[in-house]
Amino acid sequence: MTGPPAASTAVPVVEAAGIRKRFGSTQALRGIDLALQPGRCLGLVGRNGAGKSTLVSILSGIYPADAGEVRLYGAPAPPLGDVDAWRKQLATVYQHSMVVPTLTVAENVFLAHQPRRGGLVDWRGMREQARQVMLEWGFSIDVRLPCASLTVEQRQIVEIARALAAGTRCLLLDEPTAALERDAVQRLFARVKQVVASGVAVMYISHHLEEVFEICQDVAVIRDGELVLTAPTAEVSKEQLVTAMVGAAVPAATDSQPARTTSRLARATDSRPARAAGDAGVGQAPADAARCLVVDHVSAESARGSLHDISLEVRPGERVGVTGLLSGGVATLARVVAGAEPYESGQVLLDSQPLAPGRRDLALLAGVGYIPEDRQAEGYVPLLSVAENTTMTVVDWLARKLGWLSPRTRAAAAMPLARRLSIVSAGLAQPVGELSGGNQQKVTVARAIIRRPRLIVAITPTRGVDVASKSLLLQEIAEITAESGAGLLLATDELSDLEICDRVVVLVRGERFTEFTEPPFDREALISATEGLLRNGATGNRGLTSPEGQEPA
Amino acid sequence: MTEIGRRNAASDQATAAEPAGQQEPPERGRAAVEAIMQGRSRQAAAISVLRQAALVPVIILLVVVGTFVNSAFLTSSNFSGIAAQISALGVIVVGESLILLIGGMDLSLAGTYGLAPMVAAWLMVPAVEFGSGTMLNPYLAICVLLAVGAAIGMVNGLFIVRGRLNGFIWTLGMLIVLAGLQLGIVQGNTLFNLPAPFNYLGSANFGPLPVSFVVAALIFAGVGLFLRYHRTGRAIYAVGGSLPAARAAGIKVDRIRIGVYVAGGVLAAIGGLMEAGRVSAVTGQQGYQEGTIFTVFAAAVIGGVSLKGGRGNMVGAASGVVLLGLVQNILDLSQVSNYWIEAVTGGVILVALVLARIIGGEATAE
Repeated sequence: MTGPPAASTAVPVVEAAGIRKRFGSTQALRGIDLALQPGRCLGLVGRNGAGKSTLVSILSGIYPADAGEVRLYGAPAPPLGDVDAWRKQLATVYQHSMVVPTLTVAENVFLAHQPRRGGLVDWRGMREQARQVMLEWGFSIDVRLPCASLTVEQRQIVEIARALAAGTRCLLLDEPTAALERDAVQRLFARVKQVVASGVAVMYISHHLEEVFEICQDVAVIRDGELVLTAPTAEVSKEQLVTAMVGAAVPAATDSQPARTTSRLARATDSRPARAAGDAGVGQAPADAARCLVVDHVSAESARGSLHDISLEVRPGERVGVTGLLSGGVATLARVVAGAEPYESGQVLLDSQPLAPGRRDLALLAGVGYIPEDRQAEGYVPLLSVAENTTMTVVDWLARKLGWLSPRTRAAAAMPLARRLSIVSAGLAQPVGELSGGNQQKVTVARAIIRRPRLIVAITPTRGVDVASKSLLLQEIAEITAESGAGLLLATDELSDLEICDRVVVLVRGERFTEFTEPPFDREALISATEGLLRNGATGNRGLTSPEGQEPA
Repeated sequence: MTEIGRRNAASDQATAAEPAGQQEPPERGRAAVEAIMQGRSRQAAAISVLRQAALVPVIILLVVVGTFVNSAFLTSSNFSGIAAQISALGVIVVGESLILLIGGMDLSLAGTYGLAPMVAAWLMVPAVEFGSGTMLNPYLAICVLLAVGAAIGMVNGLFIVRGRLNGFIWTLGMLIVLAGLQLGIVQGNTLFNLPAPFNYLGSANFGPLPVSFVVAALIFAGVGLFLRYHRTGRAIYAVGGSLPAARAAGIKVDRIRIGVYVAGGVLAAIGGLMEAGRVSAVTGQQGYQEGTIFTVFAAAVIGGVSLKGGRGNMVGAASGVVLLGLVQNILDLSQVSNYWIEAVTGGVILVALVLARIIGGEATAE
C-alpha cells in the first residue's frame, strides 16, 4: 500500500478484464484489460472515438459491458443500479463540472449525504466536516462559498473532495483540464499529485500528452477499442505515444496523411511572400483594400474579461493570433469582432465598413465567419442534422423564392465541406448531438466557413479535439484563408494553435501587451509575454520584435 | 429503452456488410461506407416517420372502443361533430406548438381565444344586447379579431423577449387580465345573434365536413410544411434547440421569437372565432374558465411537442388533438356521470402521456 514498488503486488483498486462493448454497428471496445493501483496515476490517451469515454462510462457503472468483468478491490463490482455503492469505491470527475452552483461548497461536498442531528441537517457539523476534508487533503477553498462563485478548477476540486469525503480512494478524471487555463491546470495538477501521493488511485483521461508525462506514472493508449500500449511513463517517448494513438496498421492512411498535410502547409505558406511584397508599408497601410479588419481603439466591458483601448489590423489572407489568458480579454476581443458581444467605444471595420456592435446577424452578412469558444452552447444545435447545422449560415443563398428550401438542397450544399473536413457521421441527416466531440467541432468550423467569409474569427478551435484531428483542423483553416484570401483572427490560449499564424498579438488584462511578427514564435517568449513578464525587445529572443519596427525590406 | 432497442435493430440490419464497425474509415473504404451510411440514414428516416405516427394505433384503439361503447359513435353525424369540436382546439394547439418549439410557453393563448371573439362580437352587437352599439361590419370585425390576437402576441413577445421576463409568469398574468377584460366589457353577459359571416367559419359545412375542420387541416398542413421546408421554420427549430447556437449562426433570434408569439396570438384568435361560430355565441366562459389551456398543453405534449423547445412536429400535434377529441366524445357518449367526467378525462390524459412515451421513445412527452 505504500510506494510504487509495492503496486504490482497490491490488489488493484479497479480491474477490468476482457471488457467489450458494442453500440449498434460500432464495436466501441474490443476486450480491454486494465488495472489501477493505489497511489499511482494512469494516463489514458487516445483519439476521439477511440473508446475512452465508453471505457470510463463502463468503469463508472453507467453502462453495462457486453462481455468481461469489472472488479473493484478484487471483488465483483456492485450492480449497475446501485449508484451509491459504486460511488463509494470509485468516482468520476467530468470535464463539465457536476456541482450544484447555487449550493455552498460544504453542501456540495456532502450532497445527499448531509450529516444529520435528530433527523435534521446538521449545518454546523457539515461545514466543520467539509473544512476537515479540505484541510486533510490540502485544498484551500472556503466551504461557505456558493459554488457559483468558484473558478472551474475549484469546482473540480470540490467534486474531488466530494468523492474523497464519501470514502472513495479511486478517481477517474475525464479530461478535467479541457476547460481550464494554464495556471488553473497547474493548480489542479498540484492537488492531483498530492491526492495520488496519499495513496489514491487515479485514472487520468486527456488529450494533452504533456499533461500525462507531467502527472502520470503509467500510460495506456487506446485505439479502435483496444489497448495498444501500456507502459510506465518513464519508459516511453511522446513520439511513441503519438504513433500508438494514430496507429501504423493502416498504411494507406498514414502514408498519405503526412504527405498531404505537408503539401497543404506548403501551399498555405506559399502565399506569404506574395502578400508581404504587396504591402511593404505595414504600419500605416495606405490603401484600405489592404486591410480586411481594423479594430480601432476598442474598449468593452465584459464578464468574460474587459478590453481597454485595443487596436489591431488583419490584412486579407493574413492569419493573426491573439493570445493571453482567455479571461484576460482574448475571448472578448474575438467575440466583439464577431458581433457576439457589444463594445462601448472605438470602432470595428470590416473592409472599411463599420460593424454594428453586438449584431452577430449583421456581422455574418458583412462576411465574418465565427467559430465560438463554447461549442456545446454556441457551436451547433444538437437536435438538428449535420447538413442543417453546416448550412445554417447560408440559408439565404440556398432558399428559393419566399424562403422555401428542402433538406436535400442543404445536404447537397453541406456534402463537399463534410467530406473535406472528414466529418464522420451516419449520414448528413444524423443529429450533431450524437457525434463525437471532434466531429461536432468540425461541424462548427464548417458552419463558419461555408459562407466564404472575408474574415474568420476563431476562439480555441482545437479545444477538446484529439491530436490528429487538431492538426487537420488547423491546416484546413490555414488552407482556406490562403485559398480565399480571408483574414483569420485566432483567439487562443493554446500555443500550438498559433503555429499557423503570421503574427501574434498578446493581450494581458485586456490591454495590448506586445506583438510577435515573425514565425516561428518562440514558445518560452510567448509564455512569458502572456504572463506579462516580457515586453518588446526586453530580451534577444527570436521572433520577439516591436510591432512597428524591423519589418524585413 | 424502446428507442435503443429499435435503433440497434435498425442498424444491425444495415451493418451486415459493414467492415467491422470502424468509426473513422480510411479513404479507400469511404465510398462503400458512405453507401452503407446512406442506407442507414434512410432507415433512420423511416423510423422517424413511424415515430411521427406514434399515436395512430392509440387512435384506432379508441375508435374500436367508441364503437362498442355507443352505437351512435360510428356515424357520420357524430364524426362531423367531433371534427367541428376539435378544429378550434387544433388551431390553438398549432399556435401553442409553435411557441413551445422556440422554447417558450404561452398560457395566455386561452385568454386570446376568449377575448378576441368577444371584442369582435361586442363591436357588432347592438347596445340592448350588451354590445357596444357600433354595429361594426362583420368582415371588419373579423379583422379586428385577428388584430387583437396579433396585438396580444406582440405585447407578450416584446415583454418576454426584449424585456427578458419569465414567459410562464408573464403569460399567466396576461391570461387572467384577458379573461377579466372578456367579462368586463360585457358585464359578464353572453352575446348572441351574431351576423352570419361571423358564424360562417364555425358553423358552415363544406360537403360532409365542417368548414372549420377543413381550415384547421389546412393550417396544420401549411404550418407543418412551413416548419419543414421554410427557412424561418427551420430557424424556429434552431432557436428552440439552442438559442446561443442559433444566435452565433447569425439567425435573428429575437425577431423570430417575437414573430412566433404574434403568430400564436393570431391562431388562438382564429380558434376562438371557430368556437364562437360553432356555438353561435360568445360567452364569458370561452377560454380561461373552460380550462382550455390545459387541453391545449395536453394535446401538444401527448403529440410529442417538447416543453423544452426544439422538438416536435405538426403530425404529432394533430394526432394529439384527434386523440383528445375522441376521448372527450367517447366519454360524452358513454353516459359517465357528469360528476366523474373530469376525473376520467384527466386519467385518460395521463394514460395517453405514458403511452406516447412508450411508443414514441425517450424524447417524447418529456
